[in-house]
Amino acid sequence: MIHETLPSPPTYYEEVERKGYSRREFMAFVTTMAAFMGLENSAIGQVVHALETKSRVPVIWLHFQECTCCSESFIRSSHPIVADILLDKISLDYTETLMAASGVQAEEAMKHTMEKYRGEYILCVEGSVPTGADGVYCMIGGKTSLQILEEAAAGAKAVIAWGSCASNGCVQAARPNPTNATPIHKLLKGIPLIKVPGCPPIGEVMAGVIVHLVTFGKIPELDRLGRPKAFYSKRVHDSCYRRAYYDAGLFVESFDDENAKKGYCLYKVGCKGPSTYNACGVMRWNGGTSFPIQAGHGCIGCSEENFWDNGRFYERASAFAGFGIEANADTLGKAALAATGVGIAAHAIATNVRKHKLIAGKVQEGKISEKEFES
Amino acid sequence: MSTRIVVDPITRIEGHLRIEADIENGKIKDAFSSGTMVRLLEEILKGRDPKDAWAFVGRVCGVCTSVHSLTSVRAVEDALDIVVPPNAEMVRNIMFCTQYMHDHVVHFYHLHAMDWVDVVNALKADPKKTSELAQSISHWPKSSPGYFSDIQTRIKKFVESGQLGIFANGYWGHPAYKLPPEVNLIGLAHYLEALEWQKEIVKIHAIFGGKNPHPNYLVGGMACAIGIDDVSGINAERLALVGQLLQDAKEFVEQVYVPDLMAIASFYKDWGAIGGGLGNYLVYGDLPTNGFRDMASFKFPAGAILNKELGNIQEVDLRKDEEVQEFVTNSWYEYREGKTVGLHPWKGESKVNYNGPKPPFEHLDTAKEYSYLKTPRWNGHAMEVGPLARVLVGYARGREDFKAVVDKALTDLKVPVTALFSTLGRTAARGLESVLIAQWGLEFFDQLISNIKNGDTRMAEMSKFDPATWPAQALGVGYSEAPRGALAHWINIEDQKIANYQLVVPTTWNASPRDGKGQLSAYESALLNTPVADEKQPLEILRTVHSFDPCMACSVHLYDEEGKHISRISVVGGE
Repeated sequence: MIHETLPSPPTYYEEVERKGYSRREFMAFVTTMAAFMGLENSAIGQVVHALETKSRVPVIWLHFQECTCCSESFIRSSHPIVADILLDKISLDYTETLMAASGVQAEEAMKHTMEKYRGEYILCVEGSVPTGADGVYCMIGGKTSLQILEEAAAGAKAVIAWGSCASNGCVQAARPNPTNATPIHKLLKGIPLIKVPGCPPIGEVMAGVIVHLVTFGKIPELDRLGRPKAFYSKRVHDSCYRRAYYDAGLFVESFDDENAKKGYCLYKVGCKGPSTYNACGVMRWNGGTSFPIQAGHGCIGCSEENFWDNGRFYERASAFAGFGIEANADTLGKAALAATGVGIAAHAIATNVRKHKLIAGKVQEGKISEKEFES
Repeated sequence: MSTRIVVDPITRIEGHLRIEADIENGKIKDAFSSGTMVRLLEEILKGRDPKDAWAFVGRVCGVCTSVHSLTSVRAVEDALDIVVPPNAEMVRNIMFCTQYMHDHVVHFYHLHAMDWVDVVNALKADPKKTSELAQSISHWPKSSPGYFSDIQTRIKKFVESGQLGIFANGYWGHPAYKLPPEVNLIGLAHYLEALEWQKEIVKIHAIFGGKNPHPNYLVGGMACAIGIDDVSGINAERLALVGQLLQDAKEFVEQVYVPDLMAIASFYKDWGAIGGGLGNYLVYGDLPTNGFRDMASFKFPAGAILNKELGNIQEVDLRKDEEVQEFVTNSWYEYREGKTVGLHPWKGESKVNYNGPKPPFEHLDTAKEYSYLKTPRWNGHAMEVGPLARVLVGYARGREDFKAVVDKALTDLKVPVTALFSTLGRTAARGLESVLIAQWGLEFFDQLISNIKNGDTRMAEMSKFDPATWPAQALGVGYSEAPRGALAHWINIEDQKIANYQLVVPTTWNASPRDGKGQLSAYESALLNTPVADEKQPLEILRTVHSFDPCMACSVHLYDEEGKHISRISVVGGE
């Protein structure tokens, strides 16, 4: 076993330099991350300064009721320096997915970080906590997930709730939620907590949140639901490259039809983009390769609370209760406008006019969610 | 006198696994494998739209992502008698090949390698000798002395920083590590390279399924319409990227993964006689080349082998009541007819009933129920599933492609065919099938291109998408060969909704508790007689358990009582 020896760990910039990256590459990385985080140019200097002078921030990453898609997404983060810094340059002292040690040695590693870096480490949580049956539906090392969470959170500087499981409960909390799967914000009080929903969240979003924390030493600006504004303030619908087809009333009627081959709007085959807040349309997935709508499938709304119970995936969004703005517009137009091209176009225009009035400055800026807006 | 040791959490796996083992005279005398997390997804599926099921069960696992979604759409298509277009079959195959390669490479380097590679010992390597060794086993270009020297320097600084991160508290220096420093350094360098590579190969999922993890699937085909004259969907640019990524993946498998695997294996030949376990192997078959109904066209042939008898391959039928059954004798569930009966998944029922110790606890009571995994059996036999089973069945069926890679590996390592029945054989089989899969992926790609060239651009069969076209009741079974082994979903559709949905997954076969007859399942059986040099450091246990590539979230489920419909509850989530 290796014991700690040196008092002053190297800074990010020293690490990066040692690995052979030029300052130009380092600056390119910083600029990219700053852009992801929605920072002004003037803030880039702060990022550079922080990365050049700070040592690695200890991170404890817990796994509860989850499928590990968040960890997998995290390692997909695209920029090479991002991958290096976030896997090697934070100090990921505990994660069951990647750590060398198991059993007692793994528990000791976590305990060591909790004691030595009390008040300094970041606690990441992947998965929900089942509170049914006194917590026996998720046990690690003979303890319940709730016991482990409470112990680890007590000394954490901040908590990140990765993905929809930790943020909202996700699939195991869908009706009838048999294990009483609970998102962690309902279990922890009095500690800064960032929700990063999505099933999983985009890798670069996860990287962006971590970089923000270690760079500025404080949590990014959050919306009222506790999500970073930089990534969750826009609806997928509003950043969708197929949006023009929606506005023009050109829709895919059935998968693989002629309109699907032309890349028309997927709203009528169930796309939940109009009610989903996420960065998919802007950042896309897997190094900007694509995102669900580009690959011909509607958005299933995986970053929204209770998306498993918010209507069937292939049902047109306005067909079920609770959809809000679009549903109102649809009701307005329904009597007069049959499903003709003209009708749909008119519907789309009417929708846009209403939408513009309703959501400007509110929903779009992430200050209020669609759901809150309706209630 | 034996000593009970506990390893919990087992790390470098998916999910939550606990091993308790009794050690006597430096060897494992008895072992107990326990899954300690449950989500009850089958109960959540009841009453839902069968077309949506792929998304729910896809979330069973984000490591072997996509495999449950594929199996689910196959189950629904089986129930509703839907035949998907050839292009959709090819796209599904290409995505599956992508998943195999990603999963196997990540398993080897990031989940398994540290059982064999001593990271700290790599600091003692001579970069020049390392370079010579690397160049002698592979044409991979990143192999200069300077390259290895840089990696070594980087790791040295990392260790000296005192913040060891994921390497903290590892078993470095343990006597069971046998590699020379130069091989350790190659392994470490490729750990980092594989981390870069793995995010590239999955771009294929993003192209066809929109994202990875958890790409989108569709009952009836795939949603990625082919529009070769359009900026959207699948066009020449998208296909070119897929082709390039498949070529790159083949290169990585052939020039990095397999040479490393063989080099490392050559120092651990003793593990060719450790960890064999059951000797029973089960394969459902997969990768159709002429439609999913033509099982003879599968790249992975189906079959069962008992008692290592490679000359006697038995046929497998997932619809037969008596073949696949699940038992709950030692699981935290109840059956209405008691703890001794086995049920075919179409008739599956049970109710969770945790009666283990109250947490926090030191030990499970392994004399009674001790896991959230059920115990599946095939014709009453405990079976091992996974890459080794697939390679053995392909080899035993006399398939030339399988024989070529297996015989070459045995010759290169100078070991007999019986060395396959082991921890080392399991780990090697994963690499050997990757060589085949890398080639098949390109074949599927060529077939897709050829179809499109011939004017067939169909990607989905939508005539039965509308539930109004469905029968009042339909039973279906979908199956696949997931990276970790044989996977099947059984669905019962009634009145356009899911009446029952059940999964029997690879890790349930392998990691389940013993059955009522006392027959051990694969993990427990494989751990018997494993040497343990230091009871405080479970390195050898990790080697054998990791050789199966555990995926615990996949393996734990609950079936609701038959016929009972879940009432719709308006308030969801909970304090």
